[in-house]
Amino acid sequence: MSHIRIENLSVQFGDHQALRDVSIDVKRHAVTAIIGPSGCGKSTLIRSINRMHDTIPTSAVSGKIFLDGEDVLKMSDVTALRRRVGMVFQRPNPFPTMSIYDNVAAGLRLNGKQNRREMEERVVKSITQAALWNEVKDRLHKSPMSLSGGQQQRLCIARALAVQPEVLLLDEPCSALDPIATARVEELIDELKSRFTIVMVTHNMQQAARTSQYTAFMYMGQLIEYGNTTELFTKPKVQQTEDYITGRFG
Amino acid sequence: MGDRIFKQAVTGVALLIVTITIALGVMLVWQSWPALKSMGFKFITTSHWNPVLEEYGILPLIFGTIVSSFLALCIAGPIGLGIAIFLSELAPRWLGGIVGFLVELLAAIPSVIFGLWGILYLVPVLRTQVEPWLIEHAAGFPLFEGPPYGVGMLAASLILAIMVIPILSSVCRDVLRAVPREQREAAYALGATRWEVIRISVVSYAKSGIFGALFLGLGRALGETMAVTMVIGNSPIISKSILAPAQTMASMIANEFAEASSDMYVSAVIAVALMLFVLTLIINGFARFLVHKTAHPTG
Repeated sequence: MSHIRIENLSVQFGDHQALRDVSIDVKRHAVTAIIGPSGCGKSTLIRSINRMHDTIPTSAVSGKIFLDGEDVLKMSDVTALRRRVGMVFQRPNPFPTMSIYDNVAAGLRLNGKQNRREMEERVVKSITQAALWNEVKDRLHKSPMSLSGGQQQRLCIARALAVQPEVLLLDEPCSALDPIATARVEELIDELKSRFTIVMVTHNMQQAARTSQYTAFMYMGQLIEYGNTTELFTKPKVQQTEDYITGRFG
Repeated sequence: MGDRIFKQAVTGVALLIVTITIALGVMLVWQSWPALKSMGFKFITTSHWNPVLEEYGILPLIFGTIVSSFLALCIAGPIGLGIAIFLSELAPRWLGGIVGFLVELLAAIPSVIFGLWGILYLVPVLRTQVEPWLIEHAAGFPLFEGPPYGVGMLAASLILAIMVIPILSSVCRDVLRAVPREQREAAYALGATRWEVIRISVVSYAKSGIFGALFLGLGRALGETMAVTMVIGNSPIISKSILAPAQTMASMIANEFAEASSDMYVSAVIAVALMLFVLTLIINGFARFLVHKTAHPTG
């Protein structure tokens, strides 16, 4: 069952073609990893799904992105889309002037009125889902800047979960973390896949192999190969994929 | 060898600035001592300034200085921040360039020109249009009582506000532009509108810098002399009404130094300068404390 269907997607920034005619089906409630060398268009691809390119004036996006059958690029309310499709970034980016609690509540407050008890329940639930509760329960009203990098990243995941998205886009979520924090986030991704559709960009092939069910390999703005993770890593169909995963380039 | 000379030269100029500051302070204390000794604490707690009777009380000047600067900041703060938000978040590049250039040009205009504009244009408008309207519609509200002189606290605050806007908006703009892209994206990704992004991520991230800009503006307003002297009315009185004339420490020094005839009179004027010196030191110290506190929130 596919949740997101991308058809012939091309993205251009000024005269730089970042993505060329990419088509891909993302399965519901699974982790799809996107791998490939730097500059291959991995991030550009997932940032198309929640229309982050809208914020860049020189960008031009063409093609179709269906989220449950509805064309994302034709939606009039981008903010509603972004609440359905949450995103976590490469470097942890909590709001430094807000408390830990307020960071998680930030998305809820944007959604408008909600009574305090409901909000509190949702915040606690999101922090628990992000496997952070035990570490922050005594300092919910302190600054997030006192947390470690890994904790900050899980806080950002909690912040994204609080608005109850269907899809979670992770843009190299572990690239700024140490191995132990990385392991924690990977565990978390594994737990979350039963409730969310996860699309993760990663530099790290081992990470893709460990955490994802499906893997897409991209090169120079194009999708080279896409399939079941185990198959792609053991029996790649395309020579370029094999060269990349065996470390011959990239 | 060249290194040593260079090191000694730059250390020398660095020491020079420290020496000048200290010398300035010492001179002010030394010269103002006769007046301070004869008046004691009454110098800053009483309101009579009468050189003939050798009475020197500067409470109205302190009041005038702080109130005019504070009002100016209340007017200029939102406008300056608004301009900064426009320049850094909303304006297309070409328009931002033009507006930014004009705002910075405003900062380069000598203050006497602002004063002249104040006397020739702002004060008449206040006297004939704005103030009568305020008095009529705010009947009984003490902030807007008394005859519409034109010159006074309101005129001074408006002029100060205009003079403070350039520094406020250009510092705020630089501060807002320094907010990392990831902060904006974090808010966008949560489904924030453009305005919400500015509010929850940009302005809130830049809070300490905005405080810094406000206090830089306050520092400028406190010491501004020429333009204020030309429009404030120069009467050392404390009035509840912002339409009434007032006087600031700086405007008083500019007005009276030349006519100070006795040694005691000169000493009293220098004592006012000392107080202004101390006041700006305190405000700046407090500003740095605030900025430091917002920049390093306790974990």
